[in-house]
Amino acid sequence: MLVGHQPKDFLLAVSGLTVSFDGFKAVNDLSFYVEENEIRVIIGPNGAGKTTVLDLICGKTKATSGSIQFRGQELTKMKENEIVQTGVGRKFQTPSVFEDLTVFENLEISFPRGRTVFGSLTFQRDQPVKERVGEVAEMIFLKDRLDTYGSELSHGQKQWLEIGMLLIQDPDLLMLDEPVAGMSVSERAKTAELLNRIIKNRSVLVIEHDMKFVEDIAHKVTVLHQGQILSEGTMEKVKNDPKVIEVYLGH
Amino acid sequence: MFGDYSLGDLGAIFAMQGFAGLILFSVYVLMALGLAIIFGQMGVINMAHGEFMILGAYVTWMTSNAVQQFAPWLFPGYFFIAMTLAFIASGALGMLVEWAMIRHLYKRPLDTLLATWGLSLILQQAYRSVFGAREVGVELPEWMMGSWQATDSIQIPINGMFVMALTILITIAVAYVLFWSSWGKQVRAVVQNRVMAGAVGINTEKVDRYTFGLGCGIAGVAGSAFTMIGSTGPTAGQLYIVDTFLVVVFGGAASLFGTIASAFSISQTQSTLEFFLSGSMAKVITLLTIVAILMVRPQGLFALKVRK
Amino acid sequence: MINARFFNRSELIGFLALAVLLFVILPLSLDIFRLNLVAKYLTYAFVGIGLVICWGYGGILSLGQGVFFGLGGYCMAMYLKLEASSVENTKIQSTPGIPDFMDWNQLTALPFFWKPFHSFPLTLVAILLVPGIFALIIGAAMFKRRVGGVYFAIITQAIAAILTILIIGQQGYTGGVNGITDLRTLHGWDIRTDHAKFILYFVEVVLLFACIIAAQFIRLTKLGRILVAMREQEDRVRFSGYSVANFKIFAFCAAAIFAAIGGAMFTLEVGFMSPSFVGIVPSIEMVIYTAVGGRMSIFGAVWGSLLVNFAKTSLSESFPQLWLFGLGALFIAVVLAFPNGLSGIWADYVQPRVDRLFGSRKSGWNDNSVADGAPAE
Repeated sequence: MLVGHQPKDFLLAVSGLTVSFDGFKAVNDLSFYVEENEIRVIIGPNGAGKTTVLDLICGKTKATSGSIQFRGQELTKMKENEIVQTGVGRKFQTPSVFEDLTVFENLEISFPRGRTVFGSLTFQRDQPVKERVGEVAEMIFLKDRLDTYGSELSHGQKQWLEIGMLLIQDPDLLMLDEPVAGMSVSERAKTAELLNRIIKNRSVLVIEHDMKFVEDIAHKVTVLHQGQILSEGTMEKVKNDPKVIEVYLGH
Repeated sequence: MFGDYSLGDLGAIFAMQGFAGLILFSVYVLMALGLAIIFGQMGVINMAHGEFMILGAYVTWMTSNAVQQFAPWLFPGYFFIAMTLAFIASGALGMLVEWAMIRHLYKRPLDTLLATWGLSLILQQAYRSVFGAREVGVELPEWMMGSWQATDSIQIPINGMFVMALTILITIAVAYVLFWSSWGKQVRAVVQNRVMAGAVGINTEKVDRYTFGLGCGIAGVAGSAFTMIGSTGPTAGQLYIVDTFLVVVFGGAASLFGTIASAFSISQTQSTLEFFLSGSMAKVITLLTIVAILMVRPQGLFALKVRK
Repeated sequence: MINARFFNRSELIGFLALAVLLFVILPLSLDIFRLNLVAKYLTYAFVGIGLVICWGYGGILSLGQGVFFGLGGYCMAMYLKLEASSVENTKIQSTPGIPDFMDWNQLTALPFFWKPFHSFPLTLVAILLVPGIFALIIGAAMFKRRVGGVYFAIITQAIAAILTILIIGQQGYTGGVNGITDLRTLHGWDIRTDHAKFILYFVEVVLLFACIIAAQFIRLTKLGRILVAMREQEDRVRFSGYSVANFKIFAFCAAAIFAAIGGAMFTLEVGFMSPSFVGIVPSIEMVIYTAVGGRMSIFGAVWGSLLVNFAKTSLSESFPQLWLFGLGALFIAVVLAFPNGLSGIWADYVQPRVDRLFGSRKSGWNDNSVADGAPAE
């Protein structure tokens, strides 16, 4: 590798990434780059390996080969919690919030302080914590529900809460897996507004099927098909790519 | 450890201990088959499995007594009747338990463990009240007694060979039922996706009940085989439950082949070690080895790598 | 420290009621024999408190708590045994100055691992450290490799079985199946007198309350909430930047240390320690006590230990056969119908009525009833 040829402004550099499950290559020699403050949407038919890519970046699945560099650090060798601490946040497809905890406690757990065993034993719910939780709760439309338990929230509210939990981590790279899936029309609009607000000053990697939504937010689109990149570029370019039309948009 | 024995002696020792190990292997396999079905396919931890086995043993004992008393001419073949009855008794009790208890707990695997432990206490006390606290042993028909002189120094007991042959037959039957029959396909469909299986018209409740019943029924047959080589008491089943769970976990819970391989390696290790060390130390070393291996390879020996 | 913030109103009532019962009512109303029995029951409450943290909150079911109870108890017993085996007391033995069972097993010198137990301070340290470090090793080996749930339960159970077989097999070093018996004095103070038993009872109750407060402290910190979070969404905790394994190890070690304190007190109260308190059956019975009391309630664990053991003693004295039926049925009933045990019943049925009776403000039984339903693994 030639030193100096590596462009400096890539936040995330995925190269030659492969993972196989019992011989089946869910992701096959995948390479792509995400810049600072870029909003990248990954689309593709079911089974294209979209969620697996996010799993690989956040460490949930271990890569068979290849490399994932985030700000120059190799993520494939790190544990999940270490990856989070370098500044990668991940939202799951099905909302995963803590149902036995209140909205306040959910957000508080995600506050990036006291993450060790002894740190959490001595953690104090002080003013900065309360202020930040309040601030985020307002953003995610849950300000008046701070004492509500996770189990009592609606599906859309849980999605917002999980987004809020990521927000409070203040990650440099935010990964969202179908953030508007299963939401009502009004919730969808509110979520789009929320996402538009929170994607400022950070890079975002989104998986989404809602094309309207994708067109609204994407700087660049990557189309995955059978674990490989089919097409990449602006929405305009991707939409007119005959290969893409054939496997995906054509239906 | 080997210093005091000549090479020929050692060969004979390994052969005889190996055979003793094969009998232990048979009991492990028969117990573990039932458990592997229940645990591997349904995710239920049945701590009362040993008690289902003992039920089979008591049924065998009662059959043996009844046949001796009322139909002595049948005695040489009583064992086959007993085995069938043991399967039916344990299987029926299993289905009853599934209906009364287990079906409410499918989403709480740790709780099935606790509830079935409660069941095992009740069954043990029931055996003690009905059959008495003393251990009972069945009388073997004549053709099963004695042993086969393989070489000068190697003797192999006939009842042991019989139990082994039985184990092989039952294993083949279970494999057939689970992997080739349409019913087995239904079981696996329910395991993989309960909602979907229900949607394509499989009666999931019925499948659950019969699966649990089958697992318990096999334990009953294991109990029948057990009477050939050990005596039956109210708490005899409990002695095997932890070992059997280790066999299942060690083999990789969902793998039938893994269960058999793990039962084989565990029983052989233990029985070979037993000759050179005291029985308790042999057991400690065997169990410690399993636990250590499980810590390195928690998914067991034969688990598939799958996307979660 | 014990203020309205640390305990909410109903917890404070629970705390005071338990304190009055254990410090005043029972010592005044029971003879020393019965009081000593209560002391014996309460040693299981220590285990129960640990299980509430580890199992109720963290969702980690250990079926090997007898191991830690036993290790604590054996550490204490080894010290007491060495004190009882002075050269003078054992001059009829072929090797005077070593415990009698070693002499019977032809040992001629004290094994190395017994030597630290000549010292009382070292013994006290060992009671906490030996089980703590053992739990740390098991926990680190398993949780770092993401072994959990059912597998963890089975492996801890196997460890309980292994330790029992080992203790019974190594008679010369451990006293075998009889255990370590004939214990007399603690640092020169005869523990067999009624007076000593009375004092020991109070020592134990004070320790119990210390453990209750420690457990309540853990529960109320962010760590307590992370345990709950981990129980239901392990991955989300991981992707919030926490090392899940470390938190599980902490909960497991804390539970082990609580159990060890109970075990050490058991040795003092009962005057011996044996493998019958280490193995699979006692370990799972300790889980029963906790489940009956309520796996989410610290006070519930204490009540569960007291009541189940009381029932066990009185039933098995008069109807030994009924006892096992009763215990089995109790266990099934608790798991099937009342997963939150007595404390859940109290919170759901009794508490609202009490509140209505006194016409008080809306009560906040809070965390105990909130985590309702099925706290699965």
